[in-house]
Amino acid sequence: MTTATPSRTRAAGATTLASALNRALRDSLREDPSVHILGEDVGTLGGVFRITDGLAAEFGADRCLDTPLAEAGILGTAVGMAMYGLRPVVEMQFDAFAYPAFEQLVSHVARMRNRTAGRMPLPITVRIPYGGGIGGVEHHSDSSEAYYAHTPGLHVVTPATVADGYGLLRAAIASDDPVVFLEPKRLYWSKEDWSAEAPAPVEPIGRAVVRRRGTSATLITYGPSLPVCLEAAEAAKAEGWDLAVVDLRSLAPFDDETVAAAVRATGRAVVVHESSGFAGVGAEIAARVSERCFHHLAAPVLRVTGFDIPYPPPMLEQHHLPGVDRILDAVGRLQWEQ
Amino acid sequence: MTVDSTAGAPTTAPAANDGPADAGPPELVQLLTPEGERVEHPDYSLETTPEELRSIYRDLVLVRRFDAEATSLQRQGELGLWASLLGQEAAQVGSGRAMRPTDYAFPTYREHGVAWCKGVDPLNLLGMFRGVNHGGWDPDEKNFHLYTIVIGSQTLHATGYAMGITKDGADDAVIAYFGDGASSQGDVSEAFTFASVYQAPVVFFCQNNQWAISEPTEKQTRVPLYQRASGFGFPGVRVDGNDVLACLAVTRWALDHARTGQGPVLIEAFTYRMGAHTTSDDPTRYRIAEELESWKLKDPIERLKAHLVREGWADSAFLESVEAESEQLARRVREGVRTMPDPDPSSIFEHVYAEGHALVDEEREGYLAYASSFASAAAELTDGEDD
Repeated sequence: MTTATPSRTRAAGATTLASALNRALRDSLREDPSVHILGEDVGTLGGVFRITDGLAAEFGADRCLDTPLAEAGILGTAVGMAMYGLRPVVEMQFDAFAYPAFEQLVSHVARMRNRTAGRMPLPITVRIPYGGGIGGVEHHSDSSEAYYAHTPGLHVVTPATVADGYGLLRAAIASDDPVVFLEPKRLYWSKEDWSAEAPAPVEPIGRAVVRRRGTSATLITYGPSLPVCLEAAEAAKAEGWDLAVVDLRSLAPFDDETVAAAVRATGRAVVVHESSGFAGVGAEIAARVSERCFHHLAAPVLRVTGFDIPYPPPMLEQHHLPGVDRILDAVGRLQWEQ
Repeated sequence: MTVDSTAGAPTTAPAANDGPADAGPPELVQLLTPEGERVEHPDYSLETTPEELRSIYRDLVLVRRFDAEATSLQRQGELGLWASLLGQEAAQVGSGRAMRPTDYAFPTYREHGVAWCKGVDPLNLLGMFRGVNHGGWDPDEKNFHLYTIVIGSQTLHATGYAMGITKDGADDAVIAYFGDGASSQGDVSEAFTFASVYQAPVVFFCQNNQWAISEPTEKQTRVPLYQRASGFGFPGVRVDGNDVLACLAVTRWALDHARTGQGPVLIEAFTYRMGAHTTSDDPTRYRIAEELESWKLKDPIERLKAHLVREGWADSAFLESVEAESEQLARRVREGVRTMPDPDPSSIFEHVYAEGHALVDEEREGYLAYASSFASAAAELTDGEDD
């Protein structure tokens, strides 16, 4: 288990998550000629979020391909390119626009190593900007991680810090397994004091990290909800609660060891994520924690999630997204009266 | 569906608003008539030696015999399912033989004849139909991918593979096999788009066998399928899918077209699925016997045999030797299937990820311990009985 606290500085020279991701792509393209980027608007424009900014100019349009506007086609041809020996990095423009590629992902990408008895691995990274909080129109704010985490054969990774954006994306591209790389789009422009000149090391996939130590209860979260949980932990001090915060970073594989240790240390846990709660990643976490920490728990594991409704219009999304108050409300229901 | 008895083309012309009213039935490239007469085509010539024709004949007969044996094995309970290629031997052997060894094929689950031409052991094709694996061959060994069961998906894989070839500057090409039903899939249209935009060296080989399980081609399209290519900006050709020579000539041309940087080609091999969709299907529920009878007259093997005999290039000794070889193949396949080892239960946990994976490792360990507790219990029981 490692402990790290993301810097929230806004100092000059600070780096955004977007530029760290861009740097990871650039370094991967430079170091490995088999790496190819495919997606809509990733070339000349540099992507709608500018994550691929400048890459086509530096590495050529045949290393950073502007593709036809067809997500199944993008991922399906990436499968063939990987079979040929290339290492495709696919960009899905938005979470909900990745659904046309779902069949290719589930039926082919995730299964190919297994169905070929290991003869044909598919080292494909599928980058997907996900989550809400940006005032996006319909279909631009989904949290679709549970669909992917439920699919055997995939790794599902989501960074919440600038350093992890770089380190985990490098690891995803280097992985010989397919990785769904979920980028919290509302954190794209959050900054940290992270130097692009001396990039952080590649982070291994599959390890959670304790972002804040605490003694009262443990918040378990990932991606866009990490800053919210850290803010909640600060606010909780006024209530006399000292909250720990775990950043999963990798939803699959899942780091049972770190999570269980963090829960045992406090005896209380709340899982926080934006996506709907029913049959969501939080349900899996609650089950795993209950199975492993039952005798350490003073209260049932609670979940603070998006509601089980279609994602609401932008004017109403703040009611849907887990915020500091709803998190503190859940912490307050962890049977403290004993 | 009614068929034109001479050309094998649908008599149902496109509706007036879909094309010129005087378009008539689509042209069908043919080099060998159903009666076994060799004819020339202005665009697709083919030089063959008698020896080559005998070799093609042998492929057709062996593939059909293998297919019949697999159907029998399913009926006898040795296979869980079989998808017969009966009637489509010429389309598969013709296109299969057009490929160089370095050309890559992306098949559906019915391309047993293509597998044969690529050198995949027929016995290996049966593993998935027996239920012991998802495909028992190494795709890269013979440049023949595993069978893709999801309809149409492999056309995108083929296109991506072809895009990879372009990046290398190699002069290999790819064939994407699919059927008339798959032509309705979005993946196929997307593959056409990507292949066209990137000028990928891929040949789309559509075996229009007239039926997608119970749905006739009319449920898939209002225009002849080969004409779809023009909308994507590349050539489309309809070939007599029961004429192995025409399939060979047209596919060879298309592969050269693709490998020389001129982009993709769509070939519609107009043929007929003589058998059921699979051994689980009952075609008597949706098609009439007369249709089957009319296609029997266009049998791909009989016409080549007639041609060989008429030219004096095949005597009874040759025909009998091929027959004997086919029986030998059938025996080998039957024996091979019956003695195919059952898979090891622990193998289900293998090759899920590149490296160790905590969840899968834990489940394997737990399940094997659980399973072995039963094995030891059974062993104890047996010991007790022996006592």
